[in-house]
Amino acid sequence: MTTFRRYLSLYGALWRNSVTREMSFKANFLLWIIVELLWFGLQLTFMSVLYSHTDSIAGWSKWEVVLLVGCSNFIQQLFTAFFLTNLTEISEHIRTGKLDFMLLLPVNTRFLVSLRKVDLGAYLNAACAVAVMGYAAHRLHLAPTAAQFAGFGLMVLAGLLVHYSLMFLLSSIAFWTVRAQGIVFGYYNLFNIARLPDAAFPRGAFKAFFTFGLPMLLVSNVPTKVLAHKLGSPWEMAVLGGMSLACFAASEALWRYSLRHYTSASS
Amino acid sequence: MRKYLHVFAIGIQNTLVYRVNFFFRAAFGLIPLAGTLFVWRAIYADKPAGANIGDYTLSGMVSYYLLVNFVDALTAVAEDDWQIAADIKDGNISQFLLKPLDYLAYRMCLYVSGRAIYTVFAIVPVALFTFWLRADFTLPSDPMTAGIFALSVVLAGLLQFFLAYVMALLAFWVLDVSTFIFIQFAFEYLASGHLFPLDILPGWLAQLLKLTPYPYLCYFPISVYLGRVTGPELWQGLAMQILWVVLGYGLARLVWSRGIKKYSAVGG
Repeated sequence: MTTFRRYLSLYGALWRNSVTREMSFKANFLLWIIVELLWFGLQLTFMSVLYSHTDSIAGWSKWEVVLLVGCSNFIQQLFTAFFLTNLTEISEHIRTGKLDFMLLLPVNTRFLVSLRKVDLGAYLNAACAVAVMGYAAHRLHLAPTAAQFAGFGLMVLAGLLVHYSLMFLLSSIAFWTVRAQGIVFGYYNLFNIARLPDAAFPRGAFKAFFTFGLPMLLVSNVPTKVLAHKLGSPWEMAVLGGMSLACFAASEALWRYSLRHYTSASS
Repeated sequence: MRKYLHVFAIGIQNTLVYRVNFFFRAAFGLIPLAGTLFVWRAIYADKPAGANIGDYTLSGMVSYYLLVNFVDALTAVAEDDWQIAADIKDGNISQFLLKPLDYLAYRMCLYVSGRAIYTVFAIVPVALFTFWLRADFTLPSDPMTAGIFALSVVLAGLLQFFLAYVMALLAFWVLDVSTFIFIQFAFEYLASGHLFPLDILPGWLAQLLKLTPYPYLCYFPISVYLGRVTGPELWQGLAMQILWVVLGYGLARLVWSRGIKKYSAVGG
C-alpha cells in the first residue's frame, strides 16, 4: 500500500509539472482542443452522412453508432491524456540515451516512461465525448443500471489497457531499430476501425485478426454494447478482458527482454 | 534549371532513407480504408440488389475510395509543410536569401522528389489492395479520360503543394503552425472528398463546397476518372482547377514577400 501511495504522489508531481508546462502556451493549448474537437466532429459528420442514406448499418441504428463513436473517442482521449505523448517519445529517449538517466532513478522505469507527461486538453475532449454519449443515450431512451455502468467502466479500462499495451509494445521495437517511430504513428490508424460497428465486418481473416490479434473491433464496441443492450453474450466482455491482459503481458515481456539487451546509445 | 535538377536528385537521395517508413505508412493506411469499405458493403447489403446511393453503385463507391487512396499517395504533402515552417523558425531560410536559388522552386523540387519516392514504395501495398478488390474496381472508359485524369492529378498536386506552402509560411507570424495546419487539414479532409464523395451530400452543401478549391484536390480528378463529369462540365472543371492553381501560386508569392519583410532571421 505504501508503494501505491508513493506512486500516486509521484504522479501528482508529474501532473503539476505538466500543468505548468501547458499553461505557458495557453493559446496553443486551446487550439489543440479545437483541433481534436474538429476531428471528432468530422467522424460524427461521416456517420450522419451515411445515415442520411440508410436507417441501419448491420443492425446498428444511427444513435447507437453515435454512442459508439463517442465511446471510441472517449477511450482515445483518455489514452491521449495519460499515455500518447510519452509513448511516442520512447524511441527518442532510446536514440539519445536519455533512457539511461531514467533507468538510474529509484522508480519503476516503465511507470516513468509511460506517464511522465499529462495531456490536459485531452481531459476536456474526453468530457465532450461523454456529453455526446449522454445525448445519444438520451435519444436511444437508455437508462443504464448501476451494473451496466460498472460493466461499461470496466470495459473502458480494458480497452484503454489494450491501446496502451499495444502502443507500448510497438514503442519497444525502438530498442531494435531506429525506425520505430513510423510504426508507432502507424498504430494511430487503428483507432479508425475501433469506432466502426463490428457487425459490419464479415466473418473472415480481417475480423479474426482485429478481434483476437489486435483487438480493435472489441475496444469500443464491447463497452458500447454493454450500455446499449447489444451484447450477443456476456462472453464478449470476458474476451475483451482476457485480450487486454494478454496484450499487457506481451508488452511487459518484450519490455523486459529489450531492457536486458539494452546497451545504451552513447555515453 | 540544372541546379533544380540537382535539388531534385538530393531530394530523391534524402527521401530514400525513409523508404521503410513509406511502406509502413501506406500499408497501415489501408486498414482504415478496408474498414470504411466494409461499412459501405454492409450498407449496400441491406439495400435491394443493384441499388444506388447518390447514384453510386457498390462498385462505383469502392472504386471511388480506391482512387482516393491512389490520388492521396501521388499528391499528399508528407513532411514538406513541417520542414518549411522549421526552416523559417530556425532561420535556415537566410541561406536561400543569399543564394541565387528560389525557395519556392527549391521546395517544389523536394516535394516532387518526395512524392516520386513515396509512390514507388507505396505502390506495392496499394496495388495489392486494389488487386484484392479488383472485382469492384473500374478502369477508365477510354484513353482520353485516363489522360485528362493524369493531367488533373498533376494540377491537384500543384494545388496541394501551394496550399501546404502558404500554410507553412504562417510560421513568419506565429510560433507554432501545427495547429493551423491540422485545422486546415480537417476541413480539407471533408471538403476535398476524402471522407466520402461530395455528391452524396445534400445538394446545396455539395454546391457550396464546389465553390472552394478543396474539391479540386481529390474529388474532381476522381470524378473525371469515373466518367462522372463529361462534356462542357469537364472543361469548365479543368479551367477552374487551373484557375485555383494560378491563384494558389499567386498567393504563395504574395505571402512569401509579405513574410520576408517580417522575417528577422532568428538563429540564422
